[in-house]
Amino acid sequence: MSVNQVSIFLENSKGRLAEVTRILAKEGIDLRALSLADTSDFGVLRIIVADPDRCLGVLKENGFVARTTEVVAVEVEDRPGGMSRVLDVLDEAGLNVEYMYAFVAKAREHAVVVCKIDERERAREVLKAKGIRTISAAELRGL
Amino acid sequence: MIWNPDYESLPPDGLKRLQDERLGTLVDMLYRRVAFFRTKMDASGIKPGDIRGIGDLARLPFTTKDELRSGYPFELLAVDLREIVEIHTSSGTTGKPVVDAYTAGDLDTWAEAMARTLSAGGATRHDIVQNAYGYGLFTGGLGVHYGARRIGATVLPISGGNTKRQVELLRDFGTTVLTCTPSYALYLAEALREEGMKPRDMGLRAGFFGAEPWSDTMRSEIQASLGLAAYDIYGLTEIIGPGVAFECERQDGLHVNEDLFYPEIVDPETGRVLPDGQKGELVITTLTKQGTPILRYRTRDITYLDRTPCPCGRTTVRMHRLLGRTDDMLIVRGVNVFPSQIEEVILAIEGVEPHYQIIVDRRNQLDSLEVQVEMTEGLFSDEIRDLERTEKLIESRLYGTLNIHSRVKLVEPKTIARSEGKAKRILDKRQI
Repeated sequence: MSVNQVSIFLENSKGRLAEVTRILAKEGIDLRALSLADTSDFGVLRIIVADPDRCLGVLKENGFVARTTEVVAVEVEDRPGGMSRVLDVLDEAGLNVEYMYAFVAKAREHAVVVCKIDERERAREVLKAKGIRTISAAELRGL
Repeated sequence: MIWNPDYESLPPDGLKRLQDERLGTLVDMLYRRVAFFRTKMDASGIKPGDIRGIGDLARLPFTTKDELRSGYPFELLAVDLREIVEIHTSSGTTGKPVVDAYTAGDLDTWAEAMARTLSAGGATRHDIVQNAYGYGLFTGGLGVHYGARRIGATVLPISGGNTKRQVELLRDFGTTVLTCTPSYALYLAEALREEGMKPRDMGLRAGFFGAEPWSDTMRSEIQASLGLAAYDIYGLTEIIGPGVAFECERQDGLHVNEDLFYPEIVDPETGRVLPDGQKGELVITTLTKQGTPILRYRTRDITYLDRTPCPCGRTTVRMHRLLGRTDDMLIVRGVNVFPSQIEEVILAIEGVEPHYQIIVDRRNQLDSLEVQVEMTEGLFSDEIRDLERTEKLIESRLYGTLNIHSRVKLVEPKTIARSEGKAKRILDKRQI
């Protein structure tokens, strides 16, 4: 049920991000969601793609250090308070979100947010109990 | 195996008698034949007759690298040029090269010294030695070559570099012994893995690595990745090349061929001889050399001596693996920093590979020390916090060892230049 995110180590210097996107474009890999976290020295680029394994292989062939990480993709109502509701549910269950970022594409009338949570299985259960949907890898490929 | 127990396992008093005798002959010969040494001895008010043995060695003047350079090319020869059969030189990257001129007798001594070296690591006539030290004026290639010939091994004289060819030979010829710089050994291991081979299972048994300082952690790394026993060897062009000192199977200090090369440790500042066990600059006197013998050569290498008996059966003194150089020792904010200390700390951290660079700079009159470490699969995390924790961990361990603050920077793989020879680990950008 989990979604695999690809994380890539980047030096914080000119042209490194462009280098990654250039390689992915050349391989016809479409970015569904992305976020870049950085310090003054380095950054971690996190992306969601249709085929994470292939993407990982391509990046490693090009000399990047990269890995896949399991994350949870949550449907959020696209109206004020939608995000807040999701976070409240997780907070009440004592679940900590390490980081999160939004999807590029919309799923029907909902937005989709990618969350890194340690206890993914429990997160899905508590969200489901409150009527909040999480999205599977297969479903993501169709988005 | 001990190649020559008659000399390597001499009882201490027998060894001392031999050294006393050889030193007397050397001083006498140098005074008569080499104007450079005669002038220096006269200036210190010392006549050959004053030197009756090793106990008087400290009365003799030192010889420095600059002095050897000023004698370029043949001023320091102690025999007629017709007696010289081979000449090697140092690289000369920092000035005029130093010339080492060998008589046939010197080449014989060199082969003997290297036969002892290779035998101590278990090499025999059954081995195939892939010699990836550079052949040519550099002493590494031919020094190992003569030693390997002397023990009757099969030598593959491939010389340094040409990694693709090295990989082919390793695979096709069944190499059992590898000789090169330690950083090149790791480079080769990486190249083998990239070719889809398992370097651990290729039949390598022993490796003799030298020509640059390395650490025990780097030794573990080399042994684990190549599946061989890695031995440290020491030598320098000014003395003979490789063959001055070598590790035995205990891998616990390097036995000095002290019947041939007499070691002392001195305080680099005052020149005072230091007792065994104390760190200082290694000084070597060549006891039997004929072509270009040297009195009390200041090597600029930092180590200490250990005379406790070694269980291997050799009675020769051991020197600790090099702790650094008096000249590439960095002085950062007034603190002596040896690159080997930094390496030891970095490589002890799980997931780190020995690809790093030390950058010293000076901003607003203050020295800064930056250590760049390449990111690896093992170190990487998708969380910034983890990566910052890794940087902080390395910084705090470095502080624990060096007592000065440094800044650790994680960089992308393969951004630090790989070397095929000596690794360029230090970038000193200070304009002083």
